Amino acid sequence: MKRTNVVTSTLNSLSRALSRALISEQTARRSGVMQSLDPRVRVLGTFLLVIVIVLVHKIAVLLAVFTGAVVLALASAVTIRTLALRVWFVVLAFTGVIALPALFLTPGEPLSSVPSITPQGLHAAVMLIARVETAVTLTTILVLCTPWVEILKALRSLCVPREVVMMLAMAYRYIFLLAETATQMFESRESRRLGVLPGSEQRRVVAQTAGVLMSKSLDLSQEVFLAMQSRGYRGDVFTVADSRLRPRDYLAILAVAIIAALALWLGR
Amino acid sequence: MHIPDGYLSPSTCAVFYGGTVAAWYVCLKRLKRALLTRVVPLISVFAAFAFVVMMFNLPLPGGTTGHALGVTVAAIVLGPAGAVLSTSLALALQALLFGDGGITTLGANCFNMAVIASLVAYACYRTLAARAPISARRRVIAAGVAGYVAANVSALAAAIELGIQPALFHDAAGAPLYAPYPLKIAIPAMMIGHLTFAGIAEAVISAGLVAYLQVADPSLLAATSGLNVPGMASGARTRASLRRLWVTVALLLILTPLGILATGKAWGEWAPSDFLRPEARAQIASASKNALPPAAPPEGMARLTTIWTSPFPAYAPAFVRSRALGYLLSAMFGVGVCLLIALLAQSRLRAHPRPEQVT
Repeated sequence: MKRTNVVTSTLNSLSRALSRALISEQTARRSGVMQSLDPRVRVLGTFLLVIVIVLVHKIAVLLAVFTGAVVLALASAVTIRTLALRVWFVVLAFTGVIALPALFLTPGEPLSSVPSITPQGLHAAVMLIARVETAVTLTTILVLCTPWVEILKALRSLCVPREVVMMLAMAYRYIFLLAETATQMFESRESRRLGVLPGSEQRRVVAQTAGVLMSKSLDLSQEVFLAMQSRGYRGDVFTVADSRLRPRDYLAILAVAIIAALALWLGR
Repeated sequence: MHIPDGYLSPSTCAVFYGGTVAAWYVCLKRLKRALLTRVVPLISVFAAFAFVVMMFNLPLPGGTTGHALGVTVAAIVLGPAGAVLSTSLALALQALLFGDGGITTLGANCFNMAVIASLVAYACYRTLAARAPISARRRVIAAGVAGYVAANVSALAAAIELGIQPALFHDAAGAPLYAPYPLKIAIPAMMIGHLTFAGIAEAVISAGLVAYLQVADPSLLAATSGLNVPGMASGARTRASLRRLWVTVALLLILTPLGILATGKAWGEWAPSDFLRPEARAQIASASKNALPPAAPPEGMARLTTIWTSPFPAYAPAFVRSRALGYLLSAMFGVGVCLLIALLAQSRLRAHPRPEQVT
């Protein structure tokens, strides 16, 4: 049996995650409809639409919102290719596999004899896929068009406690540092390796690397705390005052409200 | 195990957001009491660590690989409150940054993978490791078992959440509106993967990390070891009095079915219907020095009885056939609710300890 090289695959997943996060920062800098709106409107609008999608019970309404989301993506410099690779295929592979047996397992009058697909099963499977695809497409458009700092600022204005927002911001910052540290540890281990390690030894290497990383993290948190304290941190968090909304933001709020109300009314 | 948007109904999502937000609030309060201003950097950096560790590929016996949650290690090093917060933060980052897990389902995901998993992992580890020395082999095994059990209980919780959807939320034709499979399909489908891969991955990373820390940095295992380590609050006396309390509660619980041996109703606990039954009327009269009860139930009693219907009428839930077992179950439920209220009241009333010297 071919033994998977866990160090290489871990290095790949670390670098893939970092590059995905960095692609978001690049798309966010391009000009487009989403990018021109206030981050609070973007975050609030997306969250509201995702809740509406979960509440809607009609496939046609879900497809209409999905089409709207694709148009919004194109107007915000997010390509169909990015969405397809990042969202549609991934969701289809995951949710599709889950939804497929529902065609046959959901009780009801069979549409066809062999295989016995029931209308209820067909409805359930299509509904699940449509719902998940639309929700994840909308969330991805938000994430691709909004830098992390702006999402956090918007969360603050949505009454998420300051401490939580600060922890999210700090965690995001240190993910990159710790991921880089882990990458370097794995690379240095890999460069010194001769031959193939047995499974038990590979498990020991990964656990040891995680252990070293944890010790480093805890030391780092102590250093960060001292640095914060030396700059006057006493447990209170202050944020810069929020900017004012512009006319286009109010228009976007109105548009989202109308779409949400229509979808809820038609999709009952 | 990350449930995406669209698998759970809005009401399920709201319930789990409610429960999880309450857990976050309690955990944050507890940690702040112990660590003061250190909480923010500690939890933030540990969440970043948990996020990175979730990306590690672990080689599993049999040549496959898997990903761990890292929540067991967090529970062993930081305790359950720190584990709940740091894992929740890592899950929130995954949802907001990578769309891994939904926004509406974040509450449920955090409830399964942060709250339940942390508490189960901590309870398992503390029970199995008991008072073993920091360097004992038993701690490594305890960590592995805790990781395996925590990952599986957390998956079971997710499976139950998904499995109740078709029964509760379907359209007029019977088509499920959210996750389509009932419990009898959702539970085995979810558990097979976790009993074989994800649970083992969590066990491998937890046991491996504890074994490493025993050699490299044993101080990190001291906080949740249950041993009297210098610099930590001595909990021996508290534990002894707590143990007495638990033994008393357990004895009382075992003795509760004695209540069904008593005949008739306690004086003054009559139902409106008792005033109409001849044998009940006779019993009321004999217990009240032969004073005859009124011919019909008092009007106020009849009106007020309908305001609240007990979840367990006559101390026996409807689904239990044996009266004694129902009595015991009701007692356990009642004691649980009382303990919960007492613990909440205690945490609210407890005076804040003297702030430690921050260095």
